[in-house]
Amino acid sequence: MTFRRQIKHTTYVFGSLAELLAKASPPRAGDRLAGLGAATAEENVAAKLALADVPLKTILATPVIPYDDDDVTRLILDTHDIKAFKPIASLTVGEFREFLLSPATTSRTLAALAPAVTPEIAAAVSKLMRNQDLILAARKMQVVTAFRNTIGLPGTMAVRLQPNHPADDPVGIMASIADGLMYGAGDAVIGINPASDSLPRIEGLLRLLDDLIQRFEIPTQACVLTHVTTTLQLVGKGVPVDLVFQSVAGTEAANRSFGITLDMLKEAEAAARDLKRGTIGQNVMYFETGQGSALSANAHHGVDQQTCEVRAYAVARAFRPLVVNTVVGFIGPEYLYDGKEILRAALEDHFCGKLMGLPMGVDVCYTNHAEADQDDMDVILTALAAAGVTYIMGIPGADDVMLGYQSTSFHDALFVREAFNLKRAPEFEAWLKSAAITDGSGRLLPARADHPLLAQSLLKSKALRSRRPA
Amino acid sequence: MSAPPHDPWFRLARWTKARIGLGRVGASLPTREVLSFALAHAQARDAVHARLDRDALANALAGLGLGAVIVESEATDRQVYLRRPDLGRTLSLRSRTLLEVRREPCDLAVVIGDGLSATAVTAHAQALLSAFLPHATRLGLKLGPVVIAEGARVALGDEIGAILGAKAVAVVIGERPGLTAADSLGIYLTYAPRPGRNDGERNCISNVRPDGLPPAVAAARLAWLVDAALARELTGVSLKDETDLTLGHEPGDRLGP
Repeated sequence: MTFRRQIKHTTYVFGSLAELLAKASPPRAGDRLAGLGAATAEENVAAKLALADVPLKTILATPVIPYDDDDVTRLILDTHDIKAFKPIASLTVGEFREFLLSPATTSRTLAALAPAVTPEIAAAVSKLMRNQDLILAARKMQVVTAFRNTIGLPGTMAVRLQPNHPADDPVGIMASIADGLMYGAGDAVIGINPASDSLPRIEGLLRLLDDLIQRFEIPTQACVLTHVTTTLQLVGKGVPVDLVFQSVAGTEAANRSFGITLDMLKEAEAAARDLKRGTIGQNVMYFETGQGSALSANAHHGVDQQTCEVRAYAVARAFRPLVVNTVVGFIGPEYLYDGKEILRAALEDHFCGKLMGLPMGVDVCYTNHAEADQDDMDVILTALAAAGVTYIMGIPGADDVMLGYQSTSFHDALFVREAFNLKRAPEFEAWLKSAAITDGSGRLLPARADHPLLAQSLLKSKALRSRRPA
Repeated sequence: MSAPPHDPWFRLARWTKARIGLGRVGASLPTREVLSFALAHAQARDAVHARLDRDALANALAGLGLGAVIVESEATDRQVYLRRPDLGRTLSLRSRTLLEVRREPCDLAVVIGDGLSATAVTAHAQALLSAFLPHATRLGLKLGPVVIAEGARVALGDEIGAILGAKAVAVVIGERPGLTAADSLGIYLTYAPRPGRNDGERNCISNVRPDGLPPAVAAARLAWLVDAALARELTGVSLKDETDLTLGHEPGDRLGP
C-alpha cells in the first residue's frame, strides 16, 4: 500500500505504512542511523499530513511486520478487541488525536479503549501530537495495579528504589536502601540490577530484600532484575520472588536476542502468581523497554524505533505487569542524541504505554556521551509529572555507580512531590508516617541517627561491623 | 546560614561509592552536592569530547621500541562519531592504503583507539603496552605494528587486523566514562579479525585503570587470552577466561564504545 501527499509541485510517495510512520516521526538519531527517517523537514511534515488522513482501520489491516513472520504481530492482532474498537472505528489518525484531546473523552472512555489500541495506532497518533498533547492526553489515563501496595492512583507517583552496587556487595546495597527509605522512596519496588548473573548471588540478594521487607513490614515489593529464566530457576528452588523482571522488545527477533519467547513470559507470570506473595494484588511482572533496542539487535524490519518501542508494550500488557518503565536515555546518543530527543521519546513512551493500558513509568536518564545534563532531566521529569507518570527511578544522588549512567534521585522525587503535590502509594505513605519518616502531609521529618531502620538493619549486625569498608 | 549537614547516616557511605547521606535543604540538594555532581559530569564530558593526541602517543610508544601507524575511521568529527557508530567501524581510504603497504602476517596486531575516552588512552595505554611487552616476548609472539586510531569503535580493529594479516587483533580503547571514573580502558581481543565479526566473537577485559583493573594485571590477562586464542584458534563466548586475576568487576560490554 502506498501513501501520497502533494506539497506545491512535489509529490511525496511513501511506499508502505512502515515507511510512512518512520518518515512522520519527529527526527531522532536512531532513525537516521537506520536510514529510515525523512530526508528533509518538508518530507517529515508531508508524512504527518498523509498519516493524519489514514483511517485507523487501514492501520489495523496493514501490519508493519507480517503476521506470519513475527509473534508480536500475531499477539497484537489476535488479542485486538474489535468491540472496544467500535467507538473509534470510523476515525482517521488525525481525528483520533482530536478525540483523545476532547474534554468529552474521559478517563473512563480511555480505560475502555485500551484493548482496542494496537501499538501501530498508538504510535501513529503520537507522531501527530506535540509534547503538550502527549502530556494532556496521558494525564487523563489512569492505570491502577497492585501487589503489596496500590500503584497509579490519581494524585500519586511512585518511586523505584534502585540501590545498585558494582560488586553486588550486600552491605553497600543495604546502605543505599536505607538512604532511599529514609528519603521516602521505594513504593514502586525495591529493585536491584545485579552486576553478576550468578544464581547464588542473586538468591542472596532476594533473601536480603525479603528479610528487610518482612522485618520492617514495608508495604512494597522486591525485585532483582535478572533474566526471566534465572528468576524461574530461583522460583523453582523456593527462593522468595515477588516480581519477575524482563526486558522486552517489539519484534520476535529482538526478543530472541534478549533470549526470551512469549511462552517463557507466560510461564514466569503463572509461576510468580502461584507463589501468592502479593497481599492486595497479583500483578507480578516488571518489564523494561527502550527505544532503539530493536535496531541495536538488528531486528527492526525497517520499522522506526518509536513504533518498535510501542510494539514492546503489546508484549508487556499481555502479562498484566505491576510496573513497566522505558529506560529512555540509557541506550545512548546514536539512538536519542540530546535532551530534546530524550524528552520527546519520554513523553511518547509514557503516552503510548498509558494509552495501551500499562502502568507506565520512565527512567529519566542519560549517559555521559549524550548531549544532556541535569537541567535536561529536570525538564523531562517536570513534563512527566505534569503528564501523570506512574513512577520514576530513585537512585542515590542520581548517579548509578553500577550501570554508569545518571537517572533521577531521591531528592528529585521530593522535588516532584513538592512541585505537583504528588503522594506516594497510600499503603507506603501510611507506613512512612507510622515509621516516623514523614509527617502527616508526607514531608520528610528531620532525620535521626537512631532511627530503627538504621539502627536495626543489617548494617548494624556484628558480622558486618567486623568487616573492613570496601 | 551554615551549610546543611550530611544526613546522620553519612558514615554508611564508606560501604559504597553511591552518593548517600547527602543531606538536603527541604526537597533540594545542598549546594556542595550540586557542584560536586556538576564537576564529575564535566570531567566525564570532557573525556568524551577530548581528542587523542596521536603523535604524542606514537612518540611514547617509540620510547618502548614500538613503531606505530597512525590511522583514523570515517568519523573523526566527535559529533559524527557519537551519532554514527557505523562510520567509527570503517577505516578512511587514506588509512586503508597506509595499512595495506604494512601487510605482513603476524600473531597479534594491537590497535589503540580513542573510543569514548581519549583521556583513558592518554593516561594508561602506554603503561598497559609496557606491561604487555615482556609477556609477548615470553610467548614468542610476532607483533604487527601498533595502530593508533582516531574515531575508533571496537569493530574498527576487524578491518585493521584483516588488512595487516594478523591472526588476532587486540583493540585497546577508551570506555564510556562514568561519573566515578572517566579514564577506563577496555581491551577487546578478536581471533581471525575480519569485517562483520560480532561481539560474541570477542573477549573483553574492562575497567582497566589504576583504581580498577591495574594495567599490569590487565596485561597478564591479555597475554593469557592471546596465548589461548592462538592455541584454540578462536575467541568469544567459547573461550572462557581461566586466569584468576579478577577483581570482582564484571565486564560491561554495554559500556564499550
